[in-house]
Parts: sequence; structure tokens; C-alpha cells
Amino acid sequence: MSVMKRLSGIVQAKTNKLLDKAEDPRESLDLSYQKQLESLQKVRRSVADVTTAKKRIELQASQLQGQADKLQQQAKAALTQGNEDLAREALARRAALADQLTDLRSQHQQVAAQEQKLIDTAQKLQTQVDAFRTKKETMKATYTAAEAQTKIGEAVSGISESMSDAGMSMQRAQDKIDGMQARAGAMDELLASGALTDLSNPVDDIQAQLDKASTTSTVDAELAALKAEVGSGAPPAAELGTAGGEGSAS
Amino acid sequence: MIVRILGEGQYSVPEGEREMLERLDSDIVDAVDNEDEEAFTKALDALTVAVRRVGQAVADDTFEPSALVVPFADSTLEETKGLLAEADDSSGSDDR
Repeated sequence: MSVMKRLSGIVQAKTNKLLDKAEDPRESLDLSYQKQLESLQKVRRSVADVTTAKKRIELQASQLQGQADKLQQQAKAALTQGNEDLAREALARRAALADQLTDLRSQHQQVAAQEQKLIDTAQKLQTQVDAFRTKKETMKATYTAAEAQTKIGEAVSGISESMSDAGMSMQRAQDKIDGMQARAGAMDELLASGALTDLSNPVDDIQAQLDKASTTSTVDAELAALKAEVGSGAPPAAELGTAGGEGSAS
Repeated sequence: MIVRILGEGQYSVPEGEREMLERLDSDIVDAVDNEDEEAFTKALDALTVAVRRVGQAVADDTFEPSALVVPFADSTLEETKGLLAEADDSSGSDDR
């Protein structure tokens, strides 16, 4: 059976339902307009939510990038110290971060696309709501005129059909928004799960090794300096120790 | 006859065009039956374009019941299937 006829059936059924329920279609029109305004507000809130999610991803990406840069420098520092193993470790972690950054960037693209969709939906809805505001006044005036002319039956079913269409359009917009919100919510949870936070520790333990190495080399240098100073005016420490050993042994 | 495109408005279409519209409509039915999204989008597009081309937009202050209803112009296959399923549910009270 033809799509147009089947749809005509459903619109008619919705219209009949509307007619059974409504005492005065003018009130239903105002109510419907109110509902549309609420939908519009909901979309605007969704836009704000998605924008927040997007910013959070951006922040996380820049943090990751910072960590990656730091690891790069640490690898260099480790090489300078001659510690190739540590440099390798730092670079390996940097590679893991690069993978995560790639993931984050693709998430960012998805969220940005979602944001754009929501913004488009909000704009579309705004146009629709504005148009409806004008139209509902026309509908109300037509209804009032028809009422006066006792031609009310036909005008009412025509108006009600328009209202059914408006209702279906709104429901459709709402369904789309709900879908987008659900996806934005899932993204938020993913970000809030904090899979990335434990990365700060490994970075720090590389730093600790580097610091330790540099402390060690400072100590070595100081020690060498001390040895040189001591060696110039006195017998070598080893000999002193040996002498002392002999003394305690006898 | 009056044809409504959901979410858009009503068009007054000469009765002589009914057959042409129904041919385009059957392409949509085929696409839905074959679950062919691409064919569906194409067929729906052809139908909405045809309605706008042969029809005259009904004035905002005229409200008449529609003989035929076309899906939302940017509908997906899935969405239209959902709508049609609803139509099947409600057809019990509306069959004539």
C-alpha cells in the first residue's frame, strides 16, 4: 500500500485523537507552542553540554600533549646522561601517549560534529517555532471566524491536522535531541572515567630516575673534587684505611 | 487534492497528477521493502520535488484535511519504517 495513503491514515488517526481530547483547539495551540518553546530550551542546553564536553577533550588533549613533550625532553636528558634504557622507556611512553592523543582527536571530531548538528537543530527549531507562533494566531483567527459561520467542522479538522503535523515534527526533533544527548552523555562518562590520569605517575618516575641520576652525578663530581683536594696534601684514603685496618687487627 | 509534506506544509495538487505521484510512491515502497537506504533517499527526494513542482502551496490561513501525506523531506529509511509501523497499528480504526 502506498506510503502516502498509510501516512495519511496515521495523521488522520492522530488528528481524531486530538479532536476527541481538545475542548477548544485554541487552547491546544497555545499549549503546543509552549511545548515547542520548552523543546527549544532543551536543545540549547544540549548545545551547552556538548560544548563543555568538547572543551574538556581539548583540555585533556593539551595536557597529554604537554606530557608527551615532557617525555621527549626527558628522553633527551636521559641520553645526555648516557642512560639509553631510560631514554627508550621515555620514548615508549611517549608513543603510548601519541596513540591516546589520536583517539582523543577523533573523539574531538565526533563531538564537534555533534555540536554542529545540535546548533543546526536549534536553528531549525527556532525557525519552526517562530513560524508556528505566527501560524497559530492565524489558526485561532480562522477557528473563530469558522465558529461564527458555523462551518466549524471542516476548519477544525484542517487545523487539527496542522497541529498533528506540528506535533509530529516536534516529536521528531525531540527524538533526535534525545539521541544526541545520549551520545554526548556517553562521551562525558568516558572522559570522566579518568583513564588518562594514571599517566602522570609513570612520567614522574622517569623524572625521579633522571633526578636521581643527576643527583648521583653531582655527588660523583663533588666526590671527585673532594678526592683531588684530599689527595694533594695527604696520603690516599685507601692507604689510610689499610693502615687503620692493620691497626685494629693487631 | 491536498497533499501534505510532513514538517513542511500543504500543497494543492491537480487530481491528474495523482498517478504520477503514486508511481514515485511505489519506488519508496520498494526501497523500504529492500531496506535500500540510498534508493529510499533518492525516491523520497523525487516525490517531494514532484509535489512541490506540480502543487501550489496552500495559504497559511487555509486549513483543509489532506488526501495524501508525504514523509518528512529529510527522513531516513529507519524513521519512515517506524512511522509506517505506527500507521499499521492505527489502521484498525481507520480502515474504510
